[in-house]
Amino acid sequence: MSFYQGLQADVVPFRGHDGDQGEAYYARPTRAGKFPGVVVIHHIPGWCEWTTEVVRKLAHHGYSAISPHLYFREGNPGEAPDDLGARIRAAGGVADAQVMGDVAGAMAYLRAQPNATGKIGVIGFCSGGRHTYLAACTLSGIDAAVDCWGGNVIVDNPKDLNAKRPVAPIDLTDKLSCPLLGIFGNDDHNPTADQVNRTEAVLKKLGKTYEFHRYDGAGHAFFNTQRDAYRPDQAQDGWRKVFDFFNRHLATSASSIAAE
Amino acid sequence: MCSYIVEKTALIGSAKGRKGWMKIDTANVYFDHPYHSTLDHVLAIDFTNEGEGGRDRVAVELSAESARALVDRILAALESGEIAHATPALAVAAE
Repeated sequence: MSFYQGLQADVVPFRGHDGDQGEAYYARPTRAGKFPGVVVIHHIPGWCEWTTEVVRKLAHHGYSAISPHLYFREGNPGEAPDDLGARIRAAGGVADAQVMGDVAGAMAYLRAQPNATGKIGVIGFCSGGRHTYLAACTLSGIDAAVDCWGGNVIVDNPKDLNAKRPVAPIDLTDKLSCPLLGIFGNDDHNPTADQVNRTEAVLKKLGKTYEFHRYDGAGHAFFNTQRDAYRPDQAQDGWRKVFDFFNRHLATSASSIAAE
Repeated sequence: MCSYIVEKTALIGSAKGRKGWMKIDTANVYFDHPYHSTLDHVLAIDFTNEGEGGRDRVAVELSAESARALVDRILAALESGEIAHATPALAVAAE
């Protein structure tokens, strides 16, 4: 068997919140076998090329991965995701409840595939990190969650809560139902190092299963190869942490190819 | 900052986008993570016509420094242009 394994990626329809049909980017290993699933929650600018790279990276490492386009309701098929993201931003963003419904729909899609082991992880970046924290606290059936620099998990100003984002995720921590991995850059301004420390203090106090990794010389989005923020050394170590975490909590048959 | 903070202003004007020229009536301005730029944060402006549904846009993503320089040059151009194009009475008053 070749060291490198094949994968297949495509845009697929899925049923999201309220049964709405949207599109998602889905990739899976092509070899025979069953694989854990991972939902990838994109960042605030929208469903972007880098997000699809993350989905394929997960498939390369032996996971079936799916990234639901969280802004699909705003446009017609074929419209550029960045234009939809601009409209969503102008409208004040997407509602947490809708995102949770879409994530649940993406999880159901993964579980319905013939290659599914039934184990499900969630990983999100930026606002998707916050959504991951929310999903881990509000959705059932998640076996492992990875919050990559999710901002606004802690909401210091109550005025920042609104109808779309009515609850600070930190206030739902007692409902966290799966192991949580947090990846953060110490130079990030949202979340700040202090906010990361305060989040960890709550997790510790409540006796939750978690691990946080903080990186010096890195800020927000330091995994993102399409940004000046990319920090190759820290990102390589961070990806190793992610795959080690998913392998421990999700994988029974996933590849143990080292993260590069 | 990973936020949804948007400054909105009404406009009178036109912009040229993917489908050619269009009238615009709104600018949505924000400082946040970009979609296209490699910068961590950008000053983004989306020019749209909300009166026609706001579906098309002309977008820019600028570094903070260059956005400030642009604001300065816009004000300079307005000042010199308004003097140059002022009615004779206004031009005299400006002297």
